[in-house]
Amino acid sequence: MNIVVLVKQVPDSGSERKLDSADNTVARATADNVINEMDEYAIEEALTVKEAQGGEVTVLTVGPDSATDAIRKALSMGADKAVHVVDDALHGSDALQTSAVLAAALQQLEYDLVLMGAEATDSQMSVMPALLSERLGIPQLSGARKLTVEGTTAKIERQTDGGYWAVEAPLPAIVSTWDTINEPRYPSFKGIMAAKKKPVETKSLADLGVDPGTVGLANASTQVLDFAGRPPKGEGVKVTDEGDGAEKLVGYLAEQKIV
Amino acid sequence: MAEVLVLAELNPAGNGSGGAGVRKTTLEALTAARALGEPSAVVVAAPGTAAGVKDALAEYGAAIVYVAESDDVDGFLVAPKAEVLAQLVNEKSPAAVVIPSSPEGKEVAARLAVKTGSGFLTDVTEIAADGTATQVAFAGQTIVHSKVTTGTPIYTLRGNSVTPEPAPAAGAEQPVSVTLSDQARQARVVDRVVEQKSSRPELTEASIVVSGGRGVASAENFSIIEALADSLGAAVGASRAAVDSGFYPHSFQVGQTGKTVSPQLYIAVGISGAIQHRAGMQTSKTIVAINKDPEAPIFELADFGVIGDLNTVVPAATEQITARK
Ligand SMILES: Cc1cc2nc3c(=O)[nH]c(=O)nc-3n(C[C@H](O)[C@H](O)[C@H](O)COP(=O)(O)OP(=O)(O)OC[C@H]3O[C@@H](n4cnc5c(N)ncnc54)[C@H](O)[C@@H]3O)c2cc1C
Ligand SMILES: Nc1ncnc2c1ncn2[C@@H]1O[C@H](COP(=O)(O)O)[C@@H](O)[C@H]1O
Repeated sequence: MNIVVLVKQVPDSGSERKLDSADNTVARATADNVINEMDEYAIEEALTVKEAQGGEVTVLTVGPDSATDAIRKALSMGADKAVHVVDDALHGSDALQTSAVLAAALQQLEYDLVLMGAEATDSQMSVMPALLSERLGIPQLSGARKLTVEGTTAKIERQTDGGYWAVEAPLPAIVSTWDTINEPRYPSFKGIMAAKKKPVETKSLADLGVDPGTVGLANASTQVLDFAGRPPKGEGVKVTDEGDGAEKLVGYLAEQKIV
Repeated sequence: MAEVLVLAELNPAGNGSGGAGVRKTTLEALTAARALGEPSAVVVAAPGTAAGVKDALAEYGAAIVYVAESDDVDGFLVAPKAEVLAQLVNEKSPAAVVIPSSPEGKEVAARLAVKTGSGFLTDVTEIAADGTATQVAFAGQTIVHSKVTTGTPIYTLRGNSVTPEPAPAAGAEQPVSVTLSDQARQARVVDRVVEQKSSRPELTEASIVVSGGRGVASAENFSIIEALADSLGAAVGASRAAVDSGFYPHSFQVGQTGKTVSPQLYIAVGISGAIQHRAGMQTSKTIVAINKDPEAPIFELADFGVIGDLNTVVPAATEQITARK
């Protein structure tokens, strides 16, 4: 079983995140960058499948030099090797363009399963499985809270409002995972040491046969025109409960004509 | 006037809130689409669906209702809807496509973007007449204006950002013949399972949401959150800490990795207000917080805050609200 896991480096969702006013792209250089949390669940799931069925787990990322840290994290959890697509022409690419680059990189790899997080915490789009499915012509099994691989079939429980859909497809397939699917392992000391020696192949757009004139900010199919911070909320009312907290609260709701 | 395609998002059969089977998000999308032109609704569903939803679509502005019905389009994940829409985009050359921003809606938009070589914008909260979209980024802290620069602009509209307004139109039914490609028939939906049937409003559509956090302290104690919600006709939500502690099911989680809600009133009970929680509720119109820690960051957002023990404040408030009825 050959499994490719897609990981993305993102600005930590718990820290202050910004757009860069120079070109309205995500300010990555100054951010506190981490591996997209949701991708850790995909890595864990890949390792679980590999442990049960054998095979190899390859990490794939498209991102700047600093994204090496996200790769190392995945390798230290137990992935075998990595491919890092890095090229200055990629700066400012939108999801549609990034999917073309990921698809080109995947076409140079062998895979039965492509795993990824159900959403990147910076863009929160949750569209990569659909984009890659469309480009590669292989099925999307997205938003999984459970994955089973049996022979040449992958089955998932796709998380929905108040339940799930059972969805299945033949391999090779694309699966994206929510944080309900497993509990990602922590890298062990041994894992961290071993990760330093695992192969990381760097590829440029030329290596992938992608025309640099189709990616990057200047060629994106969407454009950020401007942005602004949310206007700060006016100071609210704060009361301390001295036996009358509920009364004051209900009084406020009545004032707002809610009750 | 230019035609704008709107993908109808429907409730599962027998769950007819917001019109006969039409989700409120669809009425919102029809309303938003009117800024760009004349909306046509697109129904891609099992046979016999359109008859029950056509009138609601017409009432909210659909001049045409394209009907693509077959067991196939209903039996495979996402791809059939994108294929039908792509066919219509090629035939009708609409000014834009507007889709409700559910997980499925965003995926349909993505596939349609690849198929038609168009740009797409997800989770937009507003669409202006010139096509400029408003989006909210980074846990609601940044407001962005964007535009599609290539192809037929595709937008997914975030729920509860636009107030649905009726604008009666003809709703002329036009059948669309569908022959799905093999590629659209790969991911087969073999079962749809509902685990929690709730008599409460759907979280993302509710006009009032009462959420509990770790401070609620146990699954049993969530009954005081539910009681407050019921006194207000509200949906119940939960923070991730409450979900991870097993107090409440995951499908009720509000925040970055849960649902995004934007109700008229959001009541946060025993929730500290971490940035990832705010991401899912920051755009609520009025925010009320109940927390015993006066320094809890949720108070920065609250229009009205009560510093106190939720175990006394919440039941008392529930009682008083019920007494007022
Ligand atoms: C990538 C990522 C994604 C995340 N996604 C989400 C998400 O989608 N949604 C989400 O909610 N979180 C999310 N989180 C987690 C988030 O960072 C917080 O950990 C979480 O929101 C905390 O939940 P809480 O406020 O209930 O718990 P706590 O932070 O522990 O706060 C509990 C609050 O209850 C108060 N309290 C305790 N007892 C009482 C009482 N008797 N009466 C009154 N008040 C009381 C306390 O003062 C405290 O303020 C995410 C984190 C990461 C890293
Ligand atoms: N630049 C990238 N490199 C590798 N994987 C990515 C990249 N962008 C997105 N992904 C993967 O796609 C998933 C969903 O991202 P998104 O659709 O942008 O929310 C992420 O969790 C990643 O696994």
